[in-house]
Amino acid sequence: MKQIKGKQSTEFENDVYILGCASVVGKKEGEGPLGDNFDKVVEDPMFGQKSWEEAESEMQIEAARKVLEKCKISADDIRMIFAGDLLAQSIASCFGLVDLNRPLYGLFGACSTIGEAISLGAMAVAGGYANHVLSMTSSHFASVEKEFRFPLPYGNQRPPSSSWTVTGSGACVISSEKSNVKITGITSGKIVDFGLKDSQNMGGCMAPAAADTISQNMADFDRNPEDYDRIITGDLGKIGKEILMELMKQKGYDIRERYLDCGMLIFDSNTQDTNAGGSGCGCAATVLASTLIPKLVSGEWKRILFVPTGALMSKVSFFEGQSVPGIAQGVVLEHVGKEN
Amino acid sequence: MDYLNAFWVGGLICALCQILLEKTKMMPGRIMVLLVCVGAVLSFFNLYDPFADYANAGASVPLLGFGHLLYQGVKEAVDKQGFIGLFTGGLKAGAVGTSGALIFGYLASLVFKPKMKD
Amino acid sequence: MGSIKDDEKKKEYEQYVNQVTPKNNLFVQMVKAFVVGGLICDLGQVILNYCKSLNMDKETAGAWCSLTLIFISVVLTGLNLYQKLVSFAGAGALVPITGFANSVAAPAIEYQKEGQVFGVGCKIFNIAGPVILYGVFISWLLGLVYWILKLMHVV
Repeated sequence: MKQIKGKQSTEFENDVYILGCASVVGKKEGEGPLGDNFDKVVEDPMFGQKSWEEAESEMQIEAARKVLEKCKISADDIRMIFAGDLLAQSIASCFGLVDLNRPLYGLFGACSTIGEAISLGAMAVAGGYANHVLSMTSSHFASVEKEFRFPLPYGNQRPPSSSWTVTGSGACVISSEKSNVKITGITSGKIVDFGLKDSQNMGGCMAPAAADTISQNMADFDRNPEDYDRIITGDLGKIGKEILMELMKQKGYDIRERYLDCGMLIFDSNTQDTNAGGSGCGCAATVLASTLIPKLVSGEWKRILFVPTGALMSKVSFFEGQSVPGIAQGVVLEHVGKEN
Repeated sequence: MDYLNAFWVGGLICALCQILLEKTKMMPGRIMVLLVCVGAVLSFFNLYDPFADYANAGASVPLLGFGHLLYQGVKEAVDKQGFIGLFTGGLKAGAVGTSGALIFGYLASLVFKPKMKD
Repeated sequence: MGSIKDDEKKKEYEQYVNQVTPKNNLFVQMVKAFVVGGLICDLGQVILNYCKSLNMDKETAGAWCSLTLIFISVVLTGLNLYQKLVSFAGAGALVPITGFANSVAAPAIEYQKEGQVFGVGCKIFNIAGPVILYGVFISWLLGLVYWILKLMHVV
């Protein structure tokens, strides 16, 4: 089988499965529409720690331990970890996962990190370099607000286009061991910059990247929207969704009927004051682990395209007047029945 | 009567700044700087005093008043001390606001813990 | 596909995004700012009048007014209440000196975990710093003009 597909995609010859996944979230996420799906909801935003950053680390290690428990393996079975987060130098991951005592490849993909982590993990397993890989990420509202915007006690008005960073960590074990969910292919995303400078409108900044990866996936695999039960982005939000529909239409694809966005699923913007929707690395990761994968396990969905999106910026780049480019990593996930 | 004047003048300044917040991408920090500078400029052209006499707190409470305070401090110091007054007057006039904010802010950091938004 | 390099096309995209992005109702936001801003000024007026009743001179009364408003704002910031007011009233809570106080208290409270010197000390003026810098600078600049005009006997 030719594994290199088209311009940006890979189809795995060897079988790569998602053995299991876990999600740990905060109070607001637990109160949202997906509240019952998460493995653990923690009411204390500090997670019993002394700072927001340590809280995020604690959340990561809890998610990691949970997924190992669910997969019935130990940390020693994990060959390598692919993890990252939004904090400078990915400290939440570095300090959170040190206790696992396993090799770590630290990543940065902004909110697309889970897509990146799963892609790289799948490549490692498909290449025969590992039997079990841990791919995970996290975000915490307070630590991100402090890093990128304002200290929490500072008063500011959030425009309708703004999103709410999810406090949550999602983890997956990718394995050569058989399960009901297979990673059949990936479409590696490239940086797409349409010149937008509004960091309060992430959907607008990231939609072009999502459109690029989704349409490239269709071209590379010679597929149409109908070949997927669902096409799901990470956190484009309400506004990003409309822009994506328009951009896809311009490319000749109508994906509206089968489109979902994790940011719009995780919160109820009418009651939770979350404006455009949820965002952050933890958004796509926790929704994938809690809600999307189970639907693939049960067979409700046979094949989905999971496309978490990230906005690539730093405080420095923003103040220096640079734009906010986006990136989107595509992962094709398929249901595998008991008979297979 | 003075309550009414303070209310509508102060409120109007805030409402006008709200337009800036909504229509431009200006961040609050920039608006605060704009207000202080405008206050100083109005004060320089002797436009602030009549405005302050009419509106009282409506003119002194907004950050415009802080700019006026700073310029008046420099002006009085220049009148009394000449050139060196340019350096002795400003920060001194703004001392109450600056020290107050710093001292109470610091004390707050000893008493309060950061809390999550909900 | 890929990124857009042409500036015209970038502008087009920005305009399109602006079109599809919902905005707040300006009038409603202005009214909220007007009312809350006006009320905070009235609170200041109450303090000024009280000070005058104690026979304080204008300057001292003004100082007490600023100090009291700053104190109230800092306490409300610590209690997580001032932020809610700003969320509701926007400029109505940012423009008065109470907004300035909130912008100093907020980093102080948040950055205590990073230590007294490098946390609170270095970052307390993160947000309000420009106000002090440009306030002092512009009053110096205008003062310089005034001094020159005085020398030239224009004023």
